[in-house]
Amino acid sequence: MKLSGSQILIECLKREGVKVVFAYPGGVNLPIFDVLYDEKDLQVVLCRHEQGGTHMAEGYARATGKPGVVLVTSGPGATNTVTGIVDAYMDSTPLVVLTGQVPTKLIGNDAFQEADVVGITRPCTKYNILVKDVNDLAQAIKEAFYIATSGRPGPVLVDLPKDVVLAKTEFKYPDKVYIRSYSPVYKGNKWQIKQAAQEILKAKKPVIYAGGGVLSSDAHQELRELSEITQIPVTLTLMGLGAFPGTHPLFLGMLGMHGTYWANMSIHNSDLIVAVGSRFDDRVTGRVADFAPDARIIHIDIDPTSIHKNMSAHVPIVGDAKLVLRELNQILRTSGNGNLGQHKSWLTQIEEWKKEHPLAYEQGEKIIKPQYVIDKIYEATRGNAIITTDVGQHQMWSAQFYKFDRPRTFINSGGLGTMGYGFPAAIGAQFAHPNELVVCIAGDGGIVMNIQELATAVQYKLPVKIAIINNKYLGMVRQWQQLFFDGRYSSSYMGDSPDFVKLAEAFGATGLRATEVGEVETVLQEGLDATGPVIMDFQVDQEENCYPMIPAGAAINEMVFSDPDKSSKKGKGQKLEERADGVLTA
Amino acid sequence: MQHIISVLVENKFGVLSRVSGLFSGRGFNIESLSVGPTLDPTVSMMTIVTQGDDRIIEQITKQLNKLVDVIKVVDLTEKEYVERETALIKINTRTEDRAEALRVADIFRAKIVDSTPNTYTIEITGDVKKIDAVINLLRPLGIKELIRTGRIAIAREEIKAVAAREEKERKVVSK
Ligand SMILES: Cc1cc2nc3c(=O)[nH]c(=O)nc-3n(C[C@H](O)[C@H](O)[C@H](O)COP(=O)(O)OP(=O)(O)OC[C@H]3O[C@@H](n4cnc5c(N)ncnc54)[C@H](O)[C@@H]3O)c2cc1C
Ligand SMILES: Cc1ncc(C[n+]2csc(CCOP(=O)(O)OP(=O)(O)O)c2C)c(N)n1
Ligand SMILES: [Mg+2]
Repeated sequence: MKLSGSQILIECLKREGVKVVFAYPGGVNLPIFDVLYDEKDLQVVLCRHEQGGTHMAEGYARATGKPGVVLVTSGPGATNTVTGIVDAYMDSTPLVVLTGQVPTKLIGNDAFQEADVVGITRPCTKYNILVKDVNDLAQAIKEAFYIATSGRPGPVLVDLPKDVVLAKTEFKYPDKVYIRSYSPVYKGNKWQIKQAAQEILKAKKPVIYAGGGVLSSDAHQELRELSEITQIPVTLTLMGLGAFPGTHPLFLGMLGMHGTYWANMSIHNSDLIVAVGSRFDDRVTGRVADFAPDARIIHIDIDPTSIHKNMSAHVPIVGDAKLVLRELNQILRTSGNGNLGQHKSWLTQIEEWKKEHPLAYEQGEKIIKPQYVIDKIYEATRGNAIITTDVGQHQMWSAQFYKFDRPRTFINSGGLGTMGYGFPAAIGAQFAHPNELVVCIAGDGGIVMNIQELATAVQYKLPVKIAIINNKYLGMVRQWQQLFFDGRYSSSYMGDSPDFVKLAEAFGATGLRATEVGEVETVLQEGLDATGPVIMDFQVDQEENCYPMIPAGAAINEMVFSDPDKSSKKGKGQKLEERADGVLTA
Repeated sequence: MQHIISVLVENKFGVLSRVSGLFSGRGFNIESLSVGPTLDPTVSMMTIVTQGDDRIIEQITKQLNKLVDVIKVVDLTEKEYVERETALIKINTRTEDRAEALRVADIFRAKIVDSTPNTYTIEITGDVKKIDAVINLLRPLGIKELIRTGRIAIAREEIKAVAAREEKERKVVSK
């Protein structure tokens, strides 16, 4: 029997195990929506803006490991997905984005709602393709899912002209894909893994530095084993949080620009760094020339381009984290015996660093400290929620103060740092896990960038909770202006609009507000107990800064712990100054 | 240092743009790029001449390999290779210069492929040094138009492999 392109597409999605599609209709994809109208096995989620829909798909993907699927129309529908696509590309999140396109005959004619979407997204997709013939459609979809989810995951875009989705052909789904020019390496080189084991057995001051690759590889168990059998402490990147239990005694917290002092000092003073699924991002390394001067580096990554990119590795291992760690653990268990975990004094040293500069804030009697709200969210959710964040100070405080024990429970935008990401991502995570508690921690700036999705949450009766850390400022920007621009708050103050409680109500959600310390716990209790979507507006200290901090261009051991006028003995009013090379000096 | 990289790619729509976009997007430099079909009609060969230190060249080859449509990447600079480029040079020729133009063409074994009373069009093939030399000699005569193909290159058959084959043949002969 012959099927139309639209029917073939939907059939392919079902064969790929897709359960939810984040979608928005328009002229050229109406034939697809018409097929979806009768579809019982696929849930279609009508987002309110295609950027929101794309972030939802990202949230879904990061919460499950399965690809998030987006379906939008041509032209403006497609271009609205671009920010989400770049975001997914930077954070290695698997997406399949299906865009409508004008009929093949009109392509290139500046037709109504035509945009060269394949051209626009070429540099920010792992792969993209324009399907010109309905007979190639099934193959293209199969390959799209395969490429998005294999190797280093990423977004794949398939552009579907209207005549192709209307044309009919015999449907045959390929059960295998083979792409001669694409074959990710999963198994690590045996010899290199043996070398890595040797390095580990020799090290006196080792640290494991793991990242998002451990999550995409589903290797958290193997990572934990490696740490426990060797007693090597673990620090995680922002994207890796949850890949190792946040409450584990060997956990050092996040490293990098707003990481803990002891994680950064451990890295700086280490003699061996075991990097697993992490890419030595500049927010992690600080000034590269002075990064971990005495360390040997083992670098395990599935993408050869991640290795030797920012830092050269002494033992590079290309492969899947799970498979490589499994082999490495096996070797260490059998040949390690007496030599494992012989670095008590190193662990003691780290404890001392921890005591020297713990993560701290002073909660007074009245004004709410933002960090306090995160602490209370952690308590109220018993550390068991899926947390998404937006981008800014609140994101960093969440990374510092919430302890993530389970993988895929911390979802945020790291590589692109996309404001407006957090809330739609929470909606996507909630669709993936209807019975889990999903809390979005957002800033008062970023939340309004995709607030329209509150209508989506209300329509689908999602119990997503939003905690706004409301400092009336673009806080992260204000902090930099305070430190580097003499406190000249140019375009970073936002004032009192909107009234978030009324805004929530206008959408048909619940709105709550806390303005004093005493109200934080009650608002949280009430908010988390409510059934539908809730906005909790926490009005916090407007000028709290996020510390510790490695100023841009400084080395990882050159951290700053508090506002310069508070810590300086030279007196008030002194500000940090940035040297020409980007290093901050008091 | 300059590197010549050959890149075997799927002969598909958009692949050239993927490769050139990779270079511009990542700030890698392209000195020349040439593409053409191979014996297999589904596959094209690109020759890219680029510059960079070891770290950059390593990233370039890895990033090229990472493109889904790229089948194989070889940095020829690490090997023995033969390279060629072709240029078409149209020169103005006054009567008194025509003999000089022919002489230059003759010395370099270039061909005159078109001729009018006031111009010659000269075709020259060779390595970059040779082409540069011809251009320099013709410049005083007045170059009207110049077009170069960009370099193409191919690895030399490895000496060891040749030696081994010869060795084998010798043995066969001596039997
Ligand atoms: C305001 C702000 C502040 C920030 N501050 C910090 C900070 O203080 N500290 C910090 O760490 N980050 C910070 N970031 C995030 C930072 O920009 C990077 O996104 C992050 O450091 C990258 O994390 P990662 O190294 O784990 O790499 P990811 O981007 O998660 O990449 C994953 C790596 O793993 C590899 N991989 C994928 N799959 C596998 C597999 N199966 N097996 C093996 N390897 C695999 C990939 O090839 C890639 O190299 C901040 C971001 C923002 C917006
Ligand atoms: C789309 C986008 N625009 C601009 C920025 C730059 N930026 C980074 S953090 C930040 C401030 C965010 O303010 P808010 O959402 O209130 O969070 P806060 O820092 O106050 O917690 C800005 C403007 C960005 N990351 N994303
Ligand atoms: Mg703010």
